[in-house]
Amino acid sequence: MDAILVQFLNGLDKGGAYALIALGLTLVFGTLGVVNFAHGALFMLGSFCAVAFRKLLLLERIELSETELSPWGTALEIRTPYVNEIFGAYGDVLIDWSVPISILVAIPIMLLIGIAMERGLIKHFYKRPHAEQILVTFGLAIVLGEIIKTIFGANPIPQPMPEVLRGTADIGVLFGMAENAVTYPWWRMIYFLFSLSLIGAVFAFLRFTTFGMVVRAGMADREMVGLLGVDIDRRFTIVFGIAAVVAGLAGVMYTPILPPVNTLGMDFLVLSFVVVVVGGMGSLPGAVAAGFLLGILQSFASLPEVKAIIPGIDQVIIYLVAVVILLVRPRGLLGKSGVMEN
Amino acid sequence: MLTLPKKELITFLIFAVVVLSMPVWLIPFGASYPGLLQTFAIFGLFAVGFNILFGLTGYLSFGHAAFLGVGSYTAVWSFKLFTMNPIPAIIFAIIISGVFALLIGFISLRRSGIYFSILTLAFAQMSYNLAYSVLTPVTNGETGLALTMQDPRIIDLAFSERGEALPQVALFGLNMAGYGGFYFAAIILILGYFVAQKIAISPFGMMLKGIKSNQNRMGYTGLNTKPYTLAAFVISGMYAGLAGGLLAVTDPLAGAERMQWTASGEIVLMVVLGGIGTIFGPVLGAWIIKYFANIFSAINENILHNMFSFLPASVQDFLVPLLALFVGEGWELTMGLMFVLVVVFLPGGLMEGYRRIAVRISAMSSKETKSVDKPAQTDKQAGGE
Amino acid sequence: MATAKHNTVLHVADVHMRFGGLHALADIDLEIEEGKIHAIIGPNGAGKSTLLNVCVGRLAPTSGAVVFDGQVITGMKPHEINQIGVARVFQTPEIFSDLSVMENVMAPAFAKRDGAFRLNFMKNVGQEKEIRQEAEHFIEDVGMTAELETPAGSLSRGDKRRLELAMCLIQHPRLLLLDEPTAGMSRHDTNTTIELLKKIKARGMTKVIIEHDMHVVFSLADKISVLAQGRIIAEGDPETVRNDPEVKKAYLGGAQE
Repeated sequence: MDAILVQFLNGLDKGGAYALIALGLTLVFGTLGVVNFAHGALFMLGSFCAVAFRKLLLLERIELSETELSPWGTALEIRTPYVNEIFGAYGDVLIDWSVPISILVAIPIMLLIGIAMERGLIKHFYKRPHAEQILVTFGLAIVLGEIIKTIFGANPIPQPMPEVLRGTADIGVLFGMAENAVTYPWWRMIYFLFSLSLIGAVFAFLRFTTFGMVVRAGMADREMVGLLGVDIDRRFTIVFGIAAVVAGLAGVMYTPILPPVNTLGMDFLVLSFVVVVVGGMGSLPGAVAAGFLLGILQSFASLPEVKAIIPGIDQVIIYLVAVVILLVRPRGLLGKSGVMEN
Repeated sequence: MLTLPKKELITFLIFAVVVLSMPVWLIPFGASYPGLLQTFAIFGLFAVGFNILFGLTGYLSFGHAAFLGVGSYTAVWSFKLFTMNPIPAIIFAIIISGVFALLIGFISLRRSGIYFSILTLAFAQMSYNLAYSVLTPVTNGETGLALTMQDPRIIDLAFSERGEALPQVALFGLNMAGYGGFYFAAIILILGYFVAQKIAISPFGMMLKGIKSNQNRMGYTGLNTKPYTLAAFVISGMYAGLAGGLLAVTDPLAGAERMQWTASGEIVLMVVLGGIGTIFGPVLGAWIIKYFANIFSAINENILHNMFSFLPASVQDFLVPLLALFVGEGWELTMGLMFVLVVVFLPGGLMEGYRRIAVRISAMSSKETKSVDKPAQTDKQAGGE
Repeated sequence: MATAKHNTVLHVADVHMRFGGLHALADIDLEIEEGKIHAIIGPNGAGKSTLLNVCVGRLAPTSGAVVFDGQVITGMKPHEINQIGVARVFQTPEIFSDLSVMENVMAPAFAKRDGAFRLNFMKNVGQEKEIRQEAEHFIEDVGMTAELETPAGSLSRGDKRRLELAMCLIQHPRLLLLDEPTAGMSRHDTNTTIELLKKIKARGMTKVIIEHDMHVVFSLADKISVLAQGRIIAEGDPETVRNDPEVKKAYLGGAQE
């Protein structure tokens, strides 16, 4: 029982990341009709927003002490981050909380990146075949990954989570189990809650705003909305920006769980495509449901008991699910039939 | 039966000469050493085969690296179990990868378009993950599969004593590690090129092109498209397996990283860069990308400074760090940019560019006789919008 | 149910087609006679295209069956239906845009021959002299000899339709279904097409034509069925149909003529 609960919990945060990436991917597909292989790169860019922000916070001034000596007999270097000079002791708090705070930085950056990407490149591919969309966005993903590698290097850069959130929560006690039977790191729980609220925000935005209404109408029938005289293109650009922000924020908050590296985009891309396909191309609730479902399934498949029965299942479960879904229910769990089928 | 129409025959002969003389004409490019030459021949072959699927039928597979990997493993096992002769190794590689392609293709081809791409991607990732984990007894996991002193090699050891050192792959005494390996791979590339040419101009190839152009119409025209696309898939899978086998022939070592989906992406890049649907284009794309990978990645700032030493120091100081971003570690950035530019401006790849230039030149020369302009090229893919 | 007479090529027997609440086809019973041109007319949304799609296997009817030459073809795949002798010209031309006119016409001949599967890459297309000659012949029939090597994608719409006709003719189908073969054509092109269809008719090929253009219908058809709201409301030779009060009310009395 407790083992099952642990696996279930472990699947939640990963599922949250899958769901967030897949949400943007399927949103872009549903509105713009574009298969974006660079979407994983947006997740990666988001995670590097956190890295860059922290680097910025840690910029420091080096003074040579006139009185103290280092153990090597040279003058001791006193390093003071600029934030400390500006904010004093609050600077330490800023550094400690750099990951969550970089969300504020990531939102405008990702929005800009998304809009630039759509206006600069993707827009020219609306009417081109899907194969060419895949190719050009795949190329773009390589370019983005390489740019990040040039700037930040090819090694993962761990990002610490805030001090107070480093422990684990004893979930088991809530269910009347023994102490420490089921523990769950606070940060993972926060990630899960964060993904839920972000998903909620996106849905609320699409449901309750006029903008969202037009977008949903456009997803259902683009030409129709175009006939109504609504400038769909401009709105869809913003949709792309929103998808970029969602993927980026998913990346920012994931950094304490998985250290950012330039290949992160490609790794998550395949998974998130699988999630979108399982959920149903163009279906937002499908993407969310499939994201969590696959996260939890993957978590269960890595149980030693399961692996003993089917060796290697943890390595292939997600892909296996995708293959089965595509063959027996090609529209995915919650997708409309006929989307992108010839 | 083994004939080609005149035009194709000329292309074939030129191609054969170009490939066989690579060790000579690549000298000025600094690329005439056996390791790189072998790579050119092997990935050229891989690209030719990939184009039979993608170029002729339009089905975009993101999983062909898996077949390459299967071919490599099979060949190494052939060395370990039977003999160091490369012929059985590549025959096994073709057969086993063909069987794999049949299984994966049979399932993946039940969907088309992007769903097909994702199915192949899923199968390739499964193969890759399994090669790293449960299949370790077959693949030797992260270390990779290599020859050992304890290998049974039943055929070889029936005729000779076990030596002191690890044996080398040899075709009746011709060592496959150096130029021997290149010529072996080059001859197979030429044969593979010939087969691809035959396919492209055959009724079978015409059916595949029909499927790419309008699968719906092909169905209403009485063609059962399934076995045709599957045949194309299996043939291209066998080419990939053969290429993988050759990789093992030139260097008897097989690792799972060959099967990663980004490796599949690389072959897509090669074919698109060179020119989808043409026969020579994919080979050209493979050569260019492999050349960049080897030569560009070896360039560093010092070399750049030497290259631009004729420029004033201030210009050098500006230019060199800028260019340094695109070479050495950054060569993949160059490749990615090049690829994006090709897809945006030249969807037909370099061969399309060549064709456009040829058309322009012939238009210019005919202008002198005719004052009327040639009608503009009405290529439906031309232009960015 | 199947009381097919000896000379009936296609028998649409009690076909119903429902899409959700919409009754697109109701109780359709249609017999197409060998060697005749049978026109199906009707206002927009009458279910003509749905009927055609049922005949070629693109849609499976909710109930009922389609019998071709004594063989039930409902539930068969489009390529199987084509293989037993049914060819179709689409409303919007379905051709191979990337291939030349010549290749467009040769491909259906190969498809007819190798449809099930044949891995014949030992022979070159150029060596298939018979098919080549036949293709040239049919291209000449539709008057496109000058365009042999033109990529089909760059043809005019009228030419595309004529090309598609040649693609069907080279298969020597027993039954040819044409979905508005002259839609979007100029008067001149329409007349050329009518002449062409008359010429083919002389060869004894059965045809079903769905058409809006009354001029085309009355100059070609041996028999006309009038479809309105998913039902056949009248049937007979052109004269009978022209004078049928029901038809006048439902169709001819409206915007037409």
